[in-house]
Amino acid sequence: MCAANSPGIPLSDLAMDGAVGLIFSVFLLVALSALAPTVQRFVRGWTGLLLALGPASLFAWFATQIPAVARGETLEAALRWAPSIDIALTMRLDGLALLFALLICGIGALIVAYAGAYLHGHHQIGRFYCFLILFMASMLGLVLADNLIAIFVFWELTSISSYLLIGFDHRRTAARKAALQALLVTGAGGLALLAGLVLMGIASGSWELSEILASGDVLREHALYTPILILVLAGAFTKSAQFPFHFWLPNAMEAPTPVSAYLHSSTMVKAGVYILARMHPTLGGTDSWIWALSIFGAVTMVLGAWLALQNNQLKRVLAYSTVSSLGAMVMLLGIGTPLAAKAAIAFILAHALYKGALFMVAGTIDHETGEKNTEKLGGLVRLMPATAAVSIIAAVSMAGLPPLFGFVGKEVLLEATLESPTFSTWLVAASVAMAALTVAAAILVAVKPFIGAHLETPKKAHDPPLAMQAGPAILALFTIALGLAPQFLAGPIVGAGASSVLGEQTEVKLALWHGLTPALGFSALAVLLGVGLYFGRAGVRGVGAALGPIDAVGPARGYDAAMASLNLIASAQTRILQSGYLRNYLIILIISTAGLVGFTLFARHGVPEIRVQTIPNFYEVGLAILVVVGALIVVVSRSRLGAIAALGLVGYSVGLIYVLYGAPDLAMTQFAIETLTVILFVLVFYHLPAFATYSGKRERLRDMLVALIGGAMMTVLVLLAVEIQVDEPVSDYFIRNSAPKAYGHNIVNVILVDFRVLDTLGEILVLAVAAIGVHTLLRLRPDRRARR
Amino acid sequence: MSSLALILPLLIPLATAGVGILAWRSRRLQRAIGLIGSVVLVIASVWLFVLVREEGIQSLQIANWQAPFGITLVGDLLSVALVLATAVMGVCVIVYSFGSVDRARESFFYYPLMHVLLMGINGAFLTGDLFNLYVWFEVMLISSFVLLALGGERAQLEGALKYVTLNLASSVIFLTGIGVVYGVAGTLNFADLALKLSAFEEQGIVTTLSMILFITFGVKAAIFPLFFWLPASYHTPPAAVSAIFAGMLTKVGVYALIRVFTLIFNQDISYTHTLILVVAGFTMVTGVLGAAAQHEFRRILSFHIISQIGYMIMGLGLMVSGNPAAVRLAIAGAFFYIIHNIVAKSNLFLISGVANKLRGSYELSRLGGLYASNPALSLLFLISAFALAGVPPLSGFFGKLMLVRAGLEAEAYVIVAVALGVGLLTLFSMTKIWAEAFWKPAPDESDDESAGESPGKAAVRQPGMALMMAPIIFLAVLAVALGVFFEPVYNFSIDMADQILDPRAYIEAVLPPEYIEQVRGGVK
Repeated sequence: MCAANSPGIPLSDLAMDGAVGLIFSVFLLVALSALAPTVQRFVRGWTGLLLALGPASLFAWFATQIPAVARGETLEAALRWAPSIDIALTMRLDGLALLFALLICGIGALIVAYAGAYLHGHHQIGRFYCFLILFMASMLGLVLADNLIAIFVFWELTSISSYLLIGFDHRRTAARKAALQALLVTGAGGLALLAGLVLMGIASGSWELSEILASGDVLREHALYTPILILVLAGAFTKSAQFPFHFWLPNAMEAPTPVSAYLHSSTMVKAGVYILARMHPTLGGTDSWIWALSIFGAVTMVLGAWLALQNNQLKRVLAYSTVSSLGAMVMLLGIGTPLAAKAAIAFILAHALYKGALFMVAGTIDHETGEKNTEKLGGLVRLMPATAAVSIIAAVSMAGLPPLFGFVGKEVLLEATLESPTFSTWLVAASVAMAALTVAAAILVAVKPFIGAHLETPKKAHDPPLAMQAGPAILALFTIALGLAPQFLAGPIVGAGASSVLGEQTEVKLALWHGLTPALGFSALAVLLGVGLYFGRAGVRGVGAALGPIDAVGPARGYDAAMASLNLIASAQTRILQSGYLRNYLIILIISTAGLVGFTLFARHGVPEIRVQTIPNFYEVGLAILVVVGALIVVVSRSRLGAIAALGLVGYSVGLIYVLYGAPDLAMTQFAIETLTVILFVLVFYHLPAFATYSGKRERLRDMLVALIGGAMMTVLVLLAVEIQVDEPVSDYFIRNSAPKAYGHNIVNVILVDFRVLDTLGEILVLAVAAIGVHTLLRLRPDRRARR
Repeated sequence: MSSLALILPLLIPLATAGVGILAWRSRRLQRAIGLIGSVVLVIASVWLFVLVREEGIQSLQIANWQAPFGITLVGDLLSVALVLATAVMGVCVIVYSFGSVDRARESFFYYPLMHVLLMGINGAFLTGDLFNLYVWFEVMLISSFVLLALGGERAQLEGALKYVTLNLASSVIFLTGIGVVYGVAGTLNFADLALKLSAFEEQGIVTTLSMILFITFGVKAAIFPLFFWLPASYHTPPAAVSAIFAGMLTKVGVYALIRVFTLIFNQDISYTHTLILVVAGFTMVTGVLGAAAQHEFRRILSFHIISQIGYMIMGLGLMVSGNPAAVRLAIAGAFFYIIHNIVAKSNLFLISGVANKLRGSYELSRLGGLYASNPALSLLFLISAFALAGVPPLSGFFGKLMLVRAGLEAEAYVIVAVALGVGLLTLFSMTKIWAEAFWKPAPDESDDESAGESPGKAAVRQPGMALMMAPIIFLAVLAVALGVFFEPVYNFSIDMADQILDPRAYIEAVLPPEYIEQVRGGVK
């Protein structure tokens, strides 16, 4: 089974391989996603169940791999993509990947079925399936990928599909805003992750994680270790909603509940945790790793649990409690001992089971009653008995009570913190606080709506259709089964997962009953405290309200401030650069040119030495004066005719210079052009409004300065060009060969029609197009177009 | 045969334009001629592409005057790939125009002007001569100016005025630069300039000359702080015209920068290319911030053109690194980014035209509801927009990846951070369009869920819509294909970079060996 394929083998070779299933599984889901809208069009009400068969069969396939993977084997497969730049779809199934694959496909199947009922009759449900299954494919690809770039590709796709899902209810502004927020926060982290992954590839020389892992301490000892760590953590922390990036997750509850249950509790938000677990063998174990993960994880864990209790919206309570659990997982990965690795994996599994169920239940309650506020819900057990049973089982697991799997997860968590070599006391205290707050949140969100006096709700509640009940019920059954026989059912997969985290094969023992350990004592303490907190939640919220001002400087406000300042900076900058005034643009152009050329000349060449080689004749000086005077008159003249006449003077003087230097035909051309220009200008001016001066003195002074700078630069350049000659110019060739080879004595003409004929063709074209332009400008006007 | 292959990309549009003008009385005939011409151009460009790919750099001495004395056309991998891209875009835009450009414009030489523009672009890509490049710039400038102003709407004329004034100013600078370069080097042929200037002892002067060309090509490429002509004008003409401008015109400037700063001005890289790298950073940031401040479909896109020019010249600027592998990847990345951007950016402009046709506005505040009414258009927009923002596995991601990896290998951390941050802001802008034009309910729509359905669906059946959608679908597929089949494109980009980074092959393809010997010996 252990088929080691090097990346880059062609697909045809791969087809012979058992491990092709890894790649096939991702593509199957992609295809399913693409087909979903069409399926919906034909199958209608049964679409959800039909589509769920895809992930369900993948779940079964992955489940058959458990024994082999638990023995320490890995499946590998690779698909060529761009081997020349080290990009390949390399897939690798080890314990960690298998655990996530099972969660993704298993819960995914339940969610698809659930969504079919939840969104029954929604006119965009086809698209919903499409995005949801696309997400599933991305997530599965992420946990299976071994190639660094492939990891990032799937990582980004989860962000994108999440964006489309959060904004599914796209007509509401809040949904659009929440979608954007999630995308920007996780997208920013994603870009950091990209940089981190590429640096890992550069630093280690390999682009396959498994190879990097095999190379031992190369990365930990590399000079780039710290930047890599920071970048990877930035990616993981944003994705997994760690403090201070936790704020996007509760806002993402704008998404339809199936999305929250799937992406924002059991899968996508765990992508950050996954990447940390995956990187643990290569990047973990250093002081900076332990510090960063323990501290951020613990803070997130307590803060999330605290905030959960501050809310009374079903989904927001669950979202904050998810933040808390994610913090716990990060903390455990920070501790990094074998026990902590086992605890992290067990906790991931336990959390996915109960939180997925609770989200679906919350959706059911909202769906059936039209009420989201826990304080306004009560006594539903009589109306929705089946839902109530499932909910209470999941809540018990969340609260960490025996005999459910949540208890097992929490016990190993406490043990791991107790045995942590660093910060043990603090971490234990934080964990107990988290556990207590979680107990209270579990009662609030999953028990309270069903017990006590019945409270009236907007809709008359009853148990939902079977498709909506099946999902949470199956998850609850798993919670019970895994709790009752943890070693038999969960042991292999947790052990395999922990082995991947540690980078070496380890055995784990999971048991419901550990004996009278300190952990059990802390558990009991947490439960008691939690019940107390639940009943005293008014007081807890009072304290929270008193702490309200802190929120004003919190990260959520930071995000808002960043968005506001982005808009401010953007419009300020654009007002300055893109002012809308042509004159400003011209000034910037001239100053940039003169500044850059001048600076470069002085910096790279030095002060140019310009020697006047020949003393000019008096008539040359005279002509120069004429040109200057003409130019001055143009500038100061208050009449258009005067200015045009002066411009003509400049032109004719230039023409005379041509005459003096032996280019009579050029001079003829120049004279003709000047004459024509003056005549044309005069004709046009006749139609223009009266001359007016718009610029003040300051503007004119500024313009003069700009003009002088531009002119000075040109002068220096021309003098330099005259001074310096690299080689004989090609014009010498033209002079020598014009008559013998091109049979023309007028060199200028020969250049135009023979040596550089293509230039002439182009210029003719320019004139022709200009003529068309004039024609269209005159003839085709919006006011005339109506008549055509 | 090779000489024919090199000249056809100029002759075909020239002939098409000429015949088109003669057929000015019949719109139908003009359309047919325009389409046939552009399809034939694609065939000719493919031929040239294959020829150069298989047999190396091709050159053609116009009128048989041996370089450096006449004008030389040169096709290397960079040129011919861009010529091919131009031709493909030509077909796309012409087909799109059939469905979108009004009769009056069509009657007034719209298609011939388009072909003159294509000829100018091809000329700029193929010429091996500095002054001839100027001529092609002028051909592009005048034809684009007339296309911009064609129709004579007020906003168009205002934009066209700024466009033509600033571009003419840059032409003056270019012409001065040519004069000075010729004065110093005595030649205008690229290969000859490369040969002579590299051996010239006063390198400070050469670097100074390079700055004049940097400015003038910089204006064409719309780099910081010379880009204002672009956002002032690109949102005014019909969408088809905006699309071809957005796809190709700035790329000509980038091409010219890459050409002269690899072939000719490669002596003082630590100065020139550091400058390019810094400007690249500013171009990315100012462009993307400019876009963030806009609330009109095409204005947002226009500012993004600027921002993405930054990525392309970032690749050029990374030549400053001493790491040959990084430099190679950077140049290849710049090239790939150009190709990707032609596809994605033009397509977004084409989509903006469809949105305008359906909803009668480019203003985001007046758009809305397209997601509910036009799922296919929404999907096509998402593909193009996410490709532009560099989301995998679409084309833009790979361009970004190449540049980021090259930058990190070159240890140019600041520019990499800027590039990544700008990528995020690009995503922000694209989602702004998405949220406003697609997700948001249309402003005139009632809150009734189903109300958004009917008007859009009816609008899809508008005449010409299929002709507008066909090129959009094609380009979106291309944006996906460039990512999915990245390997061959990548290999091509690397071959292109190797060719560009070793100017000897270019010089030897243009100049006779005895001449090269003579210059090399003579200068020493």
